[in-house]
Amino acid sequence: MSAVTINESSLKDIMSQPDTVSASAAPVETPAQVVTQPRPTPFFQTERGQALLESAGNVFRAVLPPAIGLALFVLLWQIVSSSGGEQGLPGPAKTWESAQVLFADPFYDNGPNDKGIGWNILHSLYRVGAGFGLAALVGIPLGFMIGRFRFLAGMTSPIISLLRPVSPLAWLPIGLYVFKETEPASLWVIFISSIWPIILNTAAGVSRVPQDYLNVARVLNLSEWKIFTRILFPSVLPHLMTGIRLSMGVAWLVIVAAEMLTGGTGLGFWVWDEWNNLNVEHILIAIFIVGIVGLLLEQSLMLIAKRFNYE
Amino acid sequence: MHNYLHIENARMVFDTKKGKFTALTDINLTVKQGEFIALIGHSGCGKSTLLNLVAGLTEPTDGILLLSEREISGPGPERAVVFQNHSLLPWLTCFGNVHLAVERVFGAKENKARLKERTQAALELVGLAHAMHKHPNEISGGMKQRVGIARALAMEPKVLLLDEPFGALDALTRAGLQDELMRIVQETHATTLMVTHDVDEAVLLSDRIVMMTNGPAATIGEILEVGLPRPRDRLKLAENPAYHHLRGQVLEFLYQKHMKKAA
Repeated sequence: MSAVTINESSLKDIMSQPDTVSASAAPVETPAQVVTQPRPTPFFQTERGQALLESAGNVFRAVLPPAIGLALFVLLWQIVSSSGGEQGLPGPAKTWESAQVLFADPFYDNGPNDKGIGWNILHSLYRVGAGFGLAALVGIPLGFMIGRFRFLAGMTSPIISLLRPVSPLAWLPIGLYVFKETEPASLWVIFISSIWPIILNTAAGVSRVPQDYLNVARVLNLSEWKIFTRILFPSVLPHLMTGIRLSMGVAWLVIVAAEMLTGGTGLGFWVWDEWNNLNVEHILIAIFIVGIVGLLLEQSLMLIAKRFNYE
Repeated sequence: MHNYLHIENARMVFDTKKGKFTALTDINLTVKQGEFIALIGHSGCGKSTLLNLVAGLTEPTDGILLLSEREISGPGPERAVVFQNHSLLPWLTCFGNVHLAVERVFGAKENKARLKERTQAALELVGLAHAMHKHPNEISGGMKQRVGIARALAMEPKVLLLDEPFGALDALTRAGLQDELMRIVQETHATTLMVTHDVDEAVLLSDRIVMMTNGPAATIGEILEVGLPRPRDRLKLAENPAYHHLRGQVLEFLYQKHMKKAA
């Protein structure tokens, strides 16, 4: 009996095998559908949710390191200032309070040596703008000519190599002697220190105009003017923008130092004036202002430069 | 059909750091008006140098080049060049790139509306009317090359010079552009000189194939007449024994008579 039952059951197993195969093949699809359709996917597993998570993560990764860096910086500042006791550097809180007072009325004018911080910033910006503008006015055409004519490049290269490394402030006495006044002398210092990057970058840009473009100009037999406006200038523009950016950076570095020496108005003067008043909070604030304005100048020039990048 | 482009005993010697280098010597070639010539040879054989001589971008050390009985001295818009790497100005749109050429050639005689028409017509001819206002960095390599061809054709040149125009493209794009070039040349009857290293391209497109020997001091080895009737269809040619015979002759020249030694 037992043998028969074993045979029967094993026979049943064998007989049912195709059934079980087909039965298991069909439901493979059905349970998947049954599971996915009625139950809503959690939001963070959908495509939009994933994208949101990812962008949030990106923002987090972009913001977190600078935030920690700045926080550590302020902490360090606090430690340095509190370790100095009464005579130590003003701490962040004290400086912040002082800054609030300072920026409450930025444009007051109490005579030549007592103007609001806004005026001082504008004066420095004006000097940088004027000196740098003159440098661009002279430097850009000069750079184009140096780049275009090898003879001129040979002529000017020793002069440029000699004068370029001279510290900007060394030019101040020359300016004072020639112009007899402080205002043009400080413009002169800005001019002479910011002209080199403009000349050198423009010249490099001109000499690196791809031969392909010049061949197009030659095949078309374009006039010098058309070559300049349609090929040379647009091709050099990215290099020119780099020169302008470097020049602006130099000009902004130099202005504070020049104004310390010439006096009158401007951020540099203000720093020195506050040193004489022993108002150290204001000196710290000035350092932040110089940094922030320089950063803004740099960033806005970067934005303009991006506009002219054709690659 | 009279003799149109005439090259006589042209020789080209370059001054290099290692002394004088003779790139081309004893180049004699006569091209009839409306003829399509392919220049073929191994790389470095000076076929581009020869094209540049005709373009006027380089001047021959010796010899004379005449175009409709006038000596070629310097480049000019009556000899339009389609460069290997398209050489479009990236700050101009496709329209702007073609218009620059149109303005140069016809600007003195025609009004602005007509110049615009010419520019658009040239872009339509290469099938790029839709991409007219795009910049070169926004279009594909094949499209850039078509803009380059449009720029050259818009100048209505006496001679169209093509310097490996499809060399940088993938095979499918290349075939499409070859067909298009064949159609355009058929329509405009342009006298064309084309540098290539593609045997099929040379046989498919040209009336005569100028085969160059290897440099230094390269010269014209053989000239092969391609008698295949036009219009040509690349699919039908594939079954044409004459086509295969011509192809075999070019291959034999390149790989048996003038095999380039492996560098």
